[in-house]
Amino acid sequence: MESVLGRYRNLIVLVGVLFVQVLGLAVQVKRTTDTDSSRLIRIWAVGAISPLEKALVWTQTSTSNLWHNYLYMRGVRAENRDLKQQIEQMRIEQVRLSQDADQARRLQALLAFKEQFISQTMAAQVIGSTGSEQSRAIYLDKGEKDGIKVDMAVITSDGIVGKVLRVYRSTAMVLLISDQTSGVGAILEKSRLQGILRGMPSGEVALERVMSDEQVPAGELVLTSGGDRIFPKGLPIGRVAQVTTGGDFFLNIHVKPAANLSKLEEVLIVTKIDERQSQPDPTGPSRAADILAERLPTVPPKPPDATGTSAPGAAPQSGAVVDGKPAPPKPKALAPAQSGDGAVSVPVTRKVISSSPSSSSLPSRGTVAPSAAGSASVKATPQPAKPAAEPKPQPPPQDSPQ
Amino acid sequence: MAITYTSGEQVEVYRFGIPATILIPVMAVFLQAYLPLRFHFFSIFDLPLLVTISFAIARRSQVAGIFTGALIGVFQDALTHQHIGLYGISKTVVGFGASSLGIKLDVENSGARLLLTLVFYVVHEVVYFTIARGLVSLHLEWSWPHELGSAVANAILGVLLYTLLDRLKQRT
Repeated sequence: MESVLGRYRNLIVLVGVLFVQVLGLAVQVKRTTDTDSSRLIRIWAVGAISPLEKALVWTQTSTSNLWHNYLYMRGVRAENRDLKQQIEQMRIEQVRLSQDADQARRLQALLAFKEQFISQTMAAQVIGSTGSEQSRAIYLDKGEKDGIKVDMAVITSDGIVGKVLRVYRSTAMVLLISDQTSGVGAILEKSRLQGILRGMPSGEVALERVMSDEQVPAGELVLTSGGDRIFPKGLPIGRVAQVTTGGDFFLNIHVKPAANLSKLEEVLIVTKIDERQSQPDPTGPSRAADILAERLPTVPPKPPDATGTSAPGAAPQSGAVVDGKPAPPKPKALAPAQSGDGAVSVPVTRKVISSSPSSSSLPSRGTVAPSAAGSASVKATPQPAKPAAEPKPQPPPQDSPQ
Repeated sequence: MAITYTSGEQVEVYRFGIPATILIPVMAVFLQAYLPLRFHFFSIFDLPLLVTISFAIARRSQVAGIFTGALIGVFQDALTHQHIGLYGISKTVVGFGASSLGIKLDVENSGARLLLTLVFYVVHEVVYFTIARGLVSLHLEWSWPHELGSAVANAILGVLLYTLLDRLKQRT
């Protein structure tokens, strides 16, 4: 017996070691939760590697900063001048965009539309990778002690990067969107088609679950849909690179990620997402109802009769002349929450708003469709908003939508 | 010297000092995790595998090769988000195979090392893919051009690395 054991000692050791590892694999596969039995080994491994990585990244960053911030100042003046010009242009653009955003917020508030906002982020440095082509993940220099938690979104200024998969004391592992086990809810910007973004074994990224009878042009922007409850809605993912027809009923849509996943150095971890209802700016000069009242058709002012009074119920237009004097400005309408009685005509349904939150202009009046009170869309009536200052009823406009 | 069939007594057995035994695998895993960040192409290399082969061939002990491969593989697994054991099992097999060959063959020249590394890289990948598909149900794509290209690249790097590691090994 001893001679047999001695003779096959090496093979027995090999089989034993392989058996233990296969058993360990089976246990891990069986346990679907990630509070796993292998956590201790992972902590040891990451604890052994991450200090080296941090030290090397710190040295590299310090040297680079020293060079760029103190030694290599060539072209800084010209760059500064260009940046100032850019700031001026962006300020002008900001004024325009803020007006659009105010209007969008007002409309969303009217519809009780809830929106997700990134309210807090934390910058982190990429210190390492897994070093494996089969596991596309990176390590960050922020961890549990910095408040990082599992499933937090990781982004750059260009687009999304991935989500936090594991958190250690001072490091965190981020699963990239190019990994084949990742999945991101995505939506195409113009066609508003929704799908699931998945990594391919080759490291590419593809949008799945888009029916093959849809038209998806190359170059279209892909955004997060917010459906995964990890990434807020509207963040850029990338652009459609190639579209082919798959063997099943779905298209094969290859997406080129907006963020360069192979050259990540610094990222932002989204540490807090607020989901709140949009509030209109109380200091704003006008409200949605005002805008609406201005856009909806009104009864043209009748010529003054012999007594010099206008017909009852004919609200004077702003700028109209009554009795030889300029008419008083049109009274402001109340918002629905404030008025409490009259339904406000907002010719926008929830579906339209929610699929395109950035759209801030109202559709033409031809699109107004009345719906049941209490539904998502605000009730459409032929009357514009009830005036606050003048409670006289207004007759329906002549060309009001039905 | 070409690959020659020798008896166990004729083959020279080497050992590595304790610092080298610990630090070399750690550095290999560290560089494997760090370098692809700066040089993306580096992800085709597998430094821990090269160290496993180098240790196994030099020590010429099957048990040592098994445990060396298992420990380095598990260490590498622990840094990935996959289950622990995929690299562990693959490198255990490679460690056993390399040390078995080390006993039978005297591999000292570069050509023999190049050939051995190329073969063991393919063996490693085959075992990895088999386990990943069979046990863990990962959907991995096997591409012969990619694997052979990686094997050649690893073999070339391996020859350079073995020359470096030869300086650290001690004759028993």
